[in-house]
Amino acid sequence: MIVDGWDQKLLEAIQQGLPISPRPYARLGDLLGLSENEVIERLDRLKQIGLIKRMGVIVKHRSLGYLANAMIVWDIPDHQVQEVGRQISEFEFVNLCYRRPRSGQDWPYNLYCMIHGKNRESVLKKFNFLEQCCQTQSFPREILFSVRCFKQRGAIYYHSDQELADG
Amino acid sequence: MDDIDRHIINSLQEGFPVCDRPYQGVAFKLGLTESELIDRIQILLDNGTLTRFGPLYNAELMGGAFTLAAVSAPQDQFERIAGIINAFPEVAHNYARDHRLNMWFVIATETPAQIQHTLMAIEQQTGLAVYNMPKINEYFVGLKLEA
Repeated sequence: MIVDGWDQKLLEAIQQGLPISPRPYARLGDLLGLSENEVIERLDRLKQIGLIKRMGVIVKHRSLGYLANAMIVWDIPDHQVQEVGRQISEFEFVNLCYRRPRSGQDWPYNLYCMIHGKNRESVLKKFNFLEQCCQTQSFPREILFSVRCFKQRGAIYYHSDQELADG
Repeated sequence: MDDIDRHIINSLQEGFPVCDRPYQGVAFKLGLTESELIDRIQILLDNGTLTRFGPLYNAELMGGAFTLAAVSAPQDQFERIAGIINAFPEVAHNYARDHRLNMWFVIATETPAQIQHTLMAIEQQTGLAVYNMPKINEYFVGLKLEA
């Protein structure tokens, strides 16, 4: 990957958050010894190569009133899973959609998605809508609501020695 | 939180510009002044509505390894098992879910080998079989919650 020492310093400096001041990139430049323009050009490039998916906010579900979260798992035939996964991911209320390996007979599921909602009823409503649209009712599936969150570590991805920490 | 805050959150979840006066541009679209926007973002961060304001990294490109894992913890040992699993610094998230497989956690390490090592250590310390479900394919990466 084409990331130099300055990029690493920059990634490390912004991982805890952007400065909340009128010229945040100039402020970052001051911290690192780069000009505002250099910071902007480097961030643009890091976005272009995909290392930074986007700039923006990470929201706490619970503080927005999203109290229910369900992991939904399906057992979809291998030749269909790609297509169904793509369809499911089109829905605005689907937060994540992954294909994962099956784990033996008691856990045959290979497609996972997450749906958040203000309560269980609203999650189930979204789920039913999704199933109708994607015609997945005939596949074995389960809904696993979360009952408690034990641990949700803050996202720390990057140190200057390229150590990685979170998911 | 009022309607203006909701607009701010919804707008910032879609991205934030990289230019010399990014707050000014966003504020203009929302019908706010730059300093109003800055003050509100600061309050939303301070009161915990927003966890973070900054870059969303592509974790795999950053060189790390991840997996989703689960165990079936007996009810009478649930707290003890949760304590063991949460004590691993490699465990980033851990959720109790209403299913036979009742504890679901994400392991994040620097290398794939460390994932295997952590899974084995959790099996040893809990005495439970750990289901390992690494991602094969991702169909969606966004996360947008209507505020």
